[in-house]
Amino acid sequence: MPEPRNHPDEAVEPAGGTGAAMGLGQDEARSLERAPGPGRAPAVPADRPGADRPHSLWSDAWRDLRRNPVFVIAALVILFLVVISVWPRLIAPGNPLSCNLDNSQQGSAPGHPFGFDTQGCDVYTRVVHGARASVTVGVCATVGAALLGALLGGLAGYHGSWADAVLSRVSDIFFGIPIVLGGLVFLSVVTSTTVWPVVGFIVLLGWPQIGRIARGSVITAKQNDYVQAARALGAGNTRVLLRHIAPNAVAPVIVVATIALGTYISLEATLSYLGVGLKPPTVSWGIDISQASTQIRNAPHMLLWPAGALSVTVLAFIMLGDAVRDALDPKLR
Amino acid sequence: MGRYVIRRLLQMIPVFAGTTVLIFVMVYALGDPVQARCGDRACDPATAAQIRHDLYLDHPLWQQYLRYMGQIFRGDFGVAWNGRPVTELLASALPVTLRLTVLAILFEIVIGITLGVLTGLRRGRPADTATLLGTLLVISVPTFVTGYVLQYLLGVKWNLIAPSVSSEARFDELIVPALVLALTSLAYVTRLSRTSVVENIRADYVRTAVAKGLPRRRVITRHLLRNSLIPVVTFIGTDIGALMGGAIVTERIFNIHGVGYQLYQGILRLDSATVVGFVTILVIVFLLANLLVDLLYAVLDPRIRYA
Repeated sequence: MPEPRNHPDEAVEPAGGTGAAMGLGQDEARSLERAPGPGRAPAVPADRPGADRPHSLWSDAWRDLRRNPVFVIAALVILFLVVISVWPRLIAPGNPLSCNLDNSQQGSAPGHPFGFDTQGCDVYTRVVHGARASVTVGVCATVGAALLGALLGGLAGYHGSWADAVLSRVSDIFFGIPIVLGGLVFLSVVTSTTVWPVVGFIVLLGWPQIGRIARGSVITAKQNDYVQAARALGAGNTRVLLRHIAPNAVAPVIVVATIALGTYISLEATLSYLGVGLKPPTVSWGIDISQASTQIRNAPHMLLWPAGALSVTVLAFIMLGDAVRDALDPKLR
Repeated sequence: MGRYVIRRLLQMIPVFAGTTVLIFVMVYALGDPVQARCGDRACDPATAAQIRHDLYLDHPLWQQYLRYMGQIFRGDFGVAWNGRPVTELLASALPVTLRLTVLAILFEIVIGITLGVLTGLRRGRPADTATLLGTLLVISVPTFVTGYVLQYLLGVKWNLIAPSVSSEARFDELIVPALVLALTSLAYVTRLSRTSVVENIRADYVRTAVAKGLPRRRVITRHLLRNSLIPVVTFIGTDIGALMGGAIVTERIFNIHGVGYQLYQGILRLDSATVVGFVTILVIVFLLANLLVDLLYAVLDPRIRYA
């Protein structure tokens, strides 16, 4: 587990790091995409030639990331996925729902490189259009779980005493429900065909994991001298939390959330496979894999293409999470 | 130690109550179990009222919950949709899933920890990089895809195993399903033990042990491993719940009649007795596994003492 740490330059001179740090405290999860990246204005002076101030964690992390081939590859794959989930017709102009039973389970044909599924739909078009559901569920569920987890876990860790006890027990309750099992019970009630019930369910069972990490790193951060100093100077709870604790406790949350993103996408596909996740006519890899699974002996291509797309997506997000963790965890340097 | 165990057992009570309430309310929202018992035809009102009365459905939800909990502590889990007592279903399904889970955990421990320790000791070498890449691949391919692909290749194409498991579910039939079930966690265990070994290998006590002139084998098994395994033990402990839940997918692929199968049937039939009963048992197993993990800490790390 990555340990939280403090930025030396912020401890000495709070004014240096607060602009971006405030924003970070308010939307940790959105900073997932941009955290180590641009907008880190305070890091720039540290890079000035001749300046012997220590580099901030974020500027160091960003420099590491840019040089890490794993990160570059993963980021390119994710960029591609985001583009095709916003504009799928860029590379697959066809309609994923227009199918012709004459083509049922046919192999690849000119213009249809991946062949057809049982309903005679073009597998290539469906695979490309399926990216949207997976990326939407993954990103929204991660943002939701990270916000909720960071907020509740952070408050529990900061406040301590009864709030901590209550929150720890509540998260134990959610931990006690195996996630696939919970999904079967909770989501079988839902009839909506949108992605939101699935997102809501993943947030509901996913936040305790992030909350525990946030709690631990806030507890470590609040024992630092500069927090005592800020308190002695008369800073209120909100100010201490947002300006001094949040920027120093957010790194582990970002790491866990990035890795969770990949597993959430996988979870969505598993739930859709079990018939309780996304429902047709939503185009989703999980649904397509589920429908293809009964025909694997006759037409393995129907299963392999969406499964491959799903695996590459999950792999890209997990590699991104790995790279971010290596960059933010100086212990491994 | 004894006081610690008692305190932990007491702490389990609110967690247990909370989880079961949550499940109970959700199952209640599943739909009308009365209609499910009448089949496709509409229920005759008198019959419906009678079933409702028999199932205690004509009382408020909290009274139903309290009554249900009272029954459970007397060992009565109610009657499933097909008239069999839920305890009977449990007795036939639990051993199967237990065998599957135990095999899966054995795979995790034996393969996962061995790979993790070996790669951790060879950090940065090709074998290490290859294993890390392999674990990444395994993590990113969802269980149900690995399951179907292995079933297709081993069971259908090469005829090495039976593609579906018989109702007895003997250990040898469960090897491939257990491997499929364990695969993702196995990759996590490998990565976790590797990281842990890499972190601890530079620790002062390891240097001391080497400086004392202890043989390498003893340094690794007695000093390094014992300290590195603590996070791994936690992971495996919390993973028991996930494995039993994940067994739903594996059991569906390989047609194993275990807990996952019965639960799935229960949910399809809107059968609250089966669903709540099975989930309750799973929650108890999960909580006890967590307690066991915390007690194992003290064995592994003598610095931890429970008052």
